[in-house]
Amino acid sequence: MNGMRRAAIALMALMLVLTACGDDSGGEVQAADCNVGEIDRTTLNFYNWSDYMDPDLIEAFETEYGVDVVESFYESNEAMLSQLQSGVVYDLVVPSDYMIKIMIDENLLFQLDKDALVNYGNLAEDFRTQPYDPNGDFSVAYQYGTTGLGVNLEAVGEDFVESWALIFDPEITQHFAGGVSVLDDPRETMGAALEYLGYSLNDTDMSHLEEATQLIQDAKAHIATFDSDQYSENLALGEVAVAHGYSGNMIVDIGSADNPENFVYILPEEGATLWIDNMAIPTTSAAPCTAHAFIDFLLDAENGAQLTNWNYYGSPNEAATPFIEQEVVDFYADTADANLEVIEDQGDYEINYTDGLARAKG
Amino acid sequence: MSISAGVRPKSPTERMLAGNAWLVYAFFYAPILVLIVFSFNENNNVGIWTEPSLRWYRDVLANDAVMSAIRVSLIVAAISTVVSTILGTMTALSLERFRYRGRRAFDGLVYLPIIIPDVTMAVMLLLFFAQSFQWLDAALGWRPSFGIATISLSHIAFNISFVAVVVRARLGQLDARLEEAAADLYATRWQAFRRVTFPLIAPGVVGGALLALTLSLDDVVVTSFVAGPGSTTLPVYVFGLVRRGVTPLINAVSTLMLVASMVLIAISLGFQRTSRSRVAIREQELEPN
Repeated sequence: MNGMRRAAIALMALMLVLTACGDDSGGEVQAADCNVGEIDRTTLNFYNWSDYMDPDLIEAFETEYGVDVVESFYESNEAMLSQLQSGVVYDLVVPSDYMIKIMIDENLLFQLDKDALVNYGNLAEDFRTQPYDPNGDFSVAYQYGTTGLGVNLEAVGEDFVESWALIFDPEITQHFAGGVSVLDDPRETMGAALEYLGYSLNDTDMSHLEEATQLIQDAKAHIATFDSDQYSENLALGEVAVAHGYSGNMIVDIGSADNPENFVYILPEEGATLWIDNMAIPTTSAAPCTAHAFIDFLLDAENGAQLTNWNYYGSPNEAATPFIEQEVVDFYADTADANLEVIEDQGDYEINYTDGLARAKG
Repeated sequence: MSISAGVRPKSPTERMLAGNAWLVYAFFYAPILVLIVFSFNENNNVGIWTEPSLRWYRDVLANDAVMSAIRVSLIVAAISTVVSTILGTMTALSLERFRYRGRRAFDGLVYLPIIIPDVTMAVMLLLFFAQSFQWLDAALGWRPSFGIATISLSHIAFNISFVAVVVRARLGQLDARLEEAAADLYATRWQAFRRVTFPLIAPGVVGGALLALTLSLDDVVVTSFVAGPGSTTLPVYVFGLVRRGVTPLINAVSTLMLVASMVLIAISLGFQRTSRSRVAIREQELEPN
């Protein structure tokens, strides 16, 4: 996504935080109290990313519970946040990891009633608590993805180290016809460089960031393109040997290539990015219990599998695995063993990642 | 009447200019052509051509979320175009034809929505709605909800300025003496507007309306801030889709939108031509024999 635009939206959202109706901020955490399967309102306003929810699942839920689900869609976490702060009524939202933290801090989310979620045990242990929601009190993981490397085996050979060296070490990349493609995203790309140097992708030490900038600068000769949109296609078309990018696009484009067995998606051993989208209930919700029923419905093993089989993202629902298509299971198989980190919001320091990447690209 | 155009041999400069013009057209239209061609592609991948198919068009028609987004977009576009064209034309007339206190300030303020960034406009409108809804709730116990109404109002808010600017340009070229002549011939203000001014500024009004329609069908930022449950518009939905990578579904939707806007432009051109020929006929009737 356009960095400038995102930054501008984030800034405006921040202004909104400062100016919006200050009377209810600083209040106490609101805890939901629901019975299993309780429907407190027969309309559920569901606010989600585009093309992220199987319509058949919505229909199944509507039939089972006699609820009318009204779906709306957003295209950025920031727009969604501003809407909630202004009192637009949504009952269930699906924010990304860092946004959950912001919303918890702003007191915008209900503390979930875990007793009403009988299927909560289906959630994989790793996904129950995350730095952005340390006790898992406010959010339930919806789907996840990773950022790694797509590798063209014909160009790279069968024998290679699963490392960020595949895009950052000129000794290696100089042998690749077509070069490599690297994401044009400050946090992802600077993060990958930091990981390669042995730091955390959330590292906030300026001297480390300087090293990372230098690393990318030195690798630039063999980086064919900094690109966040077409990398997986370029990989599938054989135009680049290695592509840095998101699992969601990789699985689709590798799958629709002429010779899918010629490509693998790997998570570098130094560590890589994990993102998680989460279901959460805004405090403005008029139907917190219906929302609980919906979350529980998606936590069901077969429903969770149906969701992943539809949108091809990783499922945090461990019990769903037997029902998920083998292709998807294989694709995300090494996630559990990999060394993954969620990108944390670094506030004022964020601009330095942007600056670092801009200087590295020269 | 055009007689001599095209007969005279072209100079090298003219040839170069023509070549340049074609390059510019190619630059504008080649991407659109690629988009249309690939909307008929069977492959999941926008960049890889396999075989022609209508698969993505079937997908669009079967996709309830997309169809609902198209419906919301069309409703909002229709409401905001009609209202902003009327209000924008009135604004242009008042600024160009009348003198009143505060006119100068108003003149400057009209351009504001064109100048300020989308995000700022979006947040201002959102805060405005949130605050006024709160007051309405306190005063009347009635709390309106966000949705098609708030989106339409917001689009009207920025479209008025664009319509006013376009209509005003047309009004500026218009000889004010024509209206004075109408008044001399005992036409009331309304008759003078109806029979003289409006037919002459009609192309400007239509142009302003088309601009308003396009801006409304196009808007992502303002809309995503002031939307409510169940009122996602097409551009917002499509923007969200891109997060998952570009699929030919987007090509198919865009092609449909393109065809729709071309039909609208054709209609408006047709309208302008008939109104122009009507004016021409009237002029002929007025000519002394």
